[in-house]
This record gives sequence, structure tokens and C-alpha cells, in this order.
Amino acid sequence: MSDNLNIGGQEITSRLFLGTGKFSSNRLIPKSVEASGAQVVTVALRRVDPDFEEENIAAYVPRGCILMPNTSGARNAAETVRIARLARAAGFGDWVKIEVITENRYLLPDNYETLKATEILAGEGFVVLPYMSPDLIAAKQMVNAGAAAVMPLGSPIGSNRGLKTRELIRILIEEIPLPIIVDAGIGRPSEAAEAMEMGAAAVLVNTAIATAGDPVTMAEAFGLAVKAGRMAFLAGTDEAQEYARASSPLTGFLRD
Amino acid sequence: MSFYEELSKYYGFNFNSFFDNLTDEDIKKIITKNRLSALDYLALLSPRAEFFLEEMAGRAQRLTVQHFGRVIFLYTPIYLANYCVNQCVYCSFRARNKLERKKLTLPEVEHEAEAIAATGLKHILVLTGESRRHSPVSYIRQCAEVLKKRFTSISIEIYALEEAEYADLILAGVDGMTIYQEVYNEENYARLHPAGPKSNYRFRLDAPERACRAGMRTINVGALLGLGRWRTEAFFTGLHADYLQNRYPDVEVSISPPRIRPHLGGFQPEFEVGDKNLVQYMLAYRLFMPRGGITISTRERAELRNRLVKLGATKMSAGSCTAVGGRSNSESTAQFEISDERDVAEMAKMLYAQGYQPVYKDWQMA
Repeated sequence: MSDNLNIGGQEITSRLFLGTGKFSSNRLIPKSVEASGAQVVTVALRRVDPDFEEENIAAYVPRGCILMPNTSGARNAAETVRIARLARAAGFGDWVKIEVITENRYLLPDNYETLKATEILAGEGFVVLPYMSPDLIAAKQMVNAGAAAVMPLGSPIGSNRGLKTRELIRILIEEIPLPIIVDAGIGRPSEAAEAMEMGAAAVLVNTAIATAGDPVTMAEAFGLAVKAGRMAFLAGTDEAQEYARASSPLTGFLRD
Repeated sequence: MSFYEELSKYYGFNFNSFFDNLTDEDIKKIITKNRLSALDYLALLSPRAEFFLEEMAGRAQRLTVQHFGRVIFLYTPIYLANYCVNQCVYCSFRARNKLERKKLTLPEVEHEAEAIAATGLKHILVLTGESRRHSPVSYIRQCAEVLKKRFTSISIEIYALEEAEYADLILAGVDGMTIYQEVYNEENYARLHPAGPKSNYRFRLDAPERACRAGMRTINVGALLGLGRWRTEAFFTGLHADYLQNRYPDVEVSISPPRIRPHLGGFQPEFEVGDKNLVQYMLAYRLFMPRGGITISTRERAELRNRLVKLGATKMSAGSCTAVGGRSNSESTAQFEISDERDVAEMAKMLYAQGYQPVYKDWQMA
């Protein structure tokens, strides 16, 4: 049976999404994609430079990947919308990962501005994946605004601190009818596996791979960990059973 | 509220006694802290902390890679005009120095822009002397509009403006501003800036805040090292950055630690700032402001800049020229002598050799 993830009508085979910032060379991007098996790759539009092919980060994303531009650097909904439209005009398709950061100490997302941008861009036909603080109420509003998935942070971007928001993410997994993709903060493959075991639909990793001593091997390790975590979830860990089981093997007979 | 109020709290503070009372244990403890207080930062700028540079460097490097990645952002300066009404005693362009004054015409700006754009850079820093007659804001705005066609990020390093003027330039496509207080010590400031509008200490000190209020995306502050005691100047620069980051959390705040270079007029800096001091400043700042940018210009020589890549630097200039129209006319007088003559391609090669990626473009909004 296929266990593909479906976002915005696209079948996605790999549940590891890859970020492209922070690498010591863009040449490591295709190698990391290949080693990890990642299919969705995010690129900051601010770094894309079609005028300079050799240094153009987007040119290093292998064909066949879904290139998801992100709005890194946007400080409010208006800037976000502008950047998303620029990305679409540049030929990047309809996917967009929304990042709205209004404080530069921890780079925590601004859920309110993110929501406003999600609503506008979903209305324009974008497949919108908002990066957000894992707040249930805000996530429900993202659903209503037309988000295609929800991307809560595990801990602050680049912090490699792991799933510090575990309980809040667990609630999103239980309550939100969209794919929950844990984005930011995952520092180790074991933490990616943990998110997948909990029932996350996917994880997005950048810093932990890009700044590793050997990024390509680390990318492979993350690819394996995400697969393992997903398998464990499907196999039914105690935790997953407690929260996610749809059928009722013990009392189901009472419905007859 | 102004940063001046923060600064004033330290008037009368006995820095020497604070430094004298620090122990090795104090320094070691601070190096492992997640969030440093202002006084922790000051402690790392102390003579005592000089014994822990390697420990500080290890942490600083990890923090820099974690937050910025293995990358260095590149940019280059363009000097629009050297007309100046100020008398900064350490600057070639000061009003009383005799040199050929020049201002680029818009076609000349276009010409220089073309040459710079050919290097692949998308970020440019625009500089002028202070002359509202020769280089008014309207002229700088026109230049920005010309540059905008080839560059996706334009920063200014010009005389202090009013808030509405910053807003005007932002509309024209400017997204960043650099302004050095030169020296935070108010007495030294008065002595070194004897005449001209720049002699107004407060107006300059509050300029970054006015730019923040106008909506500037990135702000870079600094003290010109050599004009005051470096430990306190570094301290106040850090406090200034911290103040701006607290008050304007969505602004990307960075610092520069420029050291004074030989100028026309032969000004001799009163305060020595050695390589070791510069490095200590960068490391202390990195631990204090883990996400704060550190810009290193070609004032520093190539061998040192190569080392600073791994000591907290995040942004470097390349292919610099500090004369007006200097890319097409080698006769023009430079604002100061640069120490690293490498062009963009050579800088990129050095960075790759060190396992760092040169980033030519890091912003786009149009």
C-alpha cells in the first residue's frame, strides 16, 4: 500500500523536506538531496539569482524535486505576499512556504501576520505551507485560511534543540486535519524519527544537515531516520496507538 | 527614549575597577552562558578575558555557523561624492583638505554599477560625504534608482538624515543603512568633529533609530577604532546594537569594528587597537549577540581577513575602492587606504578554500 504524502494534489514519496541555506557550497545541495531521498526542497527567494547561474542556489536543486520557495526575510503579510508573487513570476510554481519573522533574536514566526499572508496567497491559488509557532488556535485558523499543511517549529530555527514544543505539536497532530510538518529546531536524526513516530506527516531539516561535519552523510542519516520513524508510526508505537488509532479493536464489536 | 539614555547610565561607571575585580572563574562562567547581560559582555572585553580567547573563539565559531551557516555575505562600496562640509580630523574628505572634489553624474553611476554588477554582486553600499548642497537626499535617491536596476539590495553609508528622508530613500529602494558613531566617548567626539553638522553628537547617535522607525530592514553601527579606548567603544557599540534590536525586533542589526587607516592629512590614532584586540571584540560581541552580523571591510589586510572568517565575521566587502569614480579613474583621492585589494572572484576563491560559501545575493523585494 502506498504511504505517499499528498499536499496540494501532489504525491510526495519522501517525508524529509530539505532546506538549502547554510551549506558551505551549493554543490552539496544535489548530493544531500540524493543521499537523503528528499523530494521537497525549500529555497529562500532572497538567495535566488537567475543572473548568476554558477552561484544560483535554485539551479542546484535537482530536476524532479518540488522546489518550494520560502519568504525568508519578510517582516509582515504584505512583504510575504510580494515575495511569494515574485517567486511565482520567476517560474517557481505555486508552492510557497511562508516565513514571517518579526523578531531577530530567536527568529520566532509571527503567527498573526503568517495567517494574513496565508489567507491572501491561498486565495490566489498558491499551495501555502505556513511556518508557525505550534499554537492550536492559530493552526485552526490556518486551516480555515486555506493552508495546504501546517509547519510548526520544534524549537527555534537553527537552534538544533530538538522537539522542545513536543506537547504542542502532539496536539496539532491530533486536532488539525492537515499534514503537520515539523520545521525548525531538529538537530539530530533521532529527533526527526521521534517527530515521525508521533505522527508528524514530514519534517523539514536544514541547519543540522548543512552545518554537519559531513553534510551528505548526515542527509542520508536523516533520510533513514525519517523512514524509520514513519515505519514505527505505521507499525503502531504505544504512543501512536494511544492517540491516533482510528478503529477500536477492543470494543469495536459493540457497534454490531 | 533614545540610546543616549542607556549610554548615560555608564557615565561615571568605573570601568577600570570593574575590570580589576574580574576573576578567571567569572570569565569561564560567562563563556558558557546562553544569554549574556551587558556586564557579561563588558567582562569579555576585559584584559582578564584575553587569557580565554581560544575558548571564546570556539564558542563564537559554533554560534556563527549555527546561526549564519558556513557562508559569508559579500558586498562592495560605491563612492558617489566626496564634497564635505565636516571637519572630521581623521578623514581625507574633511572640508579643509585640498583635493579634487567630485560627484558622479547619473551616467557615471550607471557605468560604475555596470562594472560592479559584472562581478556577480547584488548588494551595494552607497557612500557620500556630507554636503546637502552637492549631494542632497534627492541626488542620493536618484542614484539609488539607477542602482536598483542592477542590485537587489542597496545600503547607504551617508550623513545622518531625518526620519522622513530615510523613508524617502526606502521608497526609492534602499533597504539598509550603516552609520558609525565614530566615537561614543562624547568628549573625544567633540574634539574630533570640531565643525559642521556632524559635530552634533546626539543627532548622529539617534540616526539609526530614526532609520528603524522609517522602516529600514538592516542597520549597521560601529565605532571607528582608534578614536577612543577600544574596550569601552566596543562595549557601547554592542549596547547600541542591543538597544536597537530590543526596540526594533524586526530589524537585522549588525556591527562593524573598523580600525582607522592612513588618510590624507596624516592623522595618527591616539589609541592602539591590535589584531588581538579586534579579535577579542568580535568574539565578545558574537557571544553577546549570537545572531548579530559582523561586517569586516577591506580596512583589514588579507591575511587577517582570512582568519576572521572563522572568528565570527558574517559579511565582507570585496573589490573595494574608496575613491569617487575610482573604478574608472585611478587618479581620484581615496577616503582611506584599503588593505585588502582582492577582487570579488579572489575573495570567493579564498572563502571556498576555507569551506565557506560566498553569498552574492541575500535580499530581494522587487
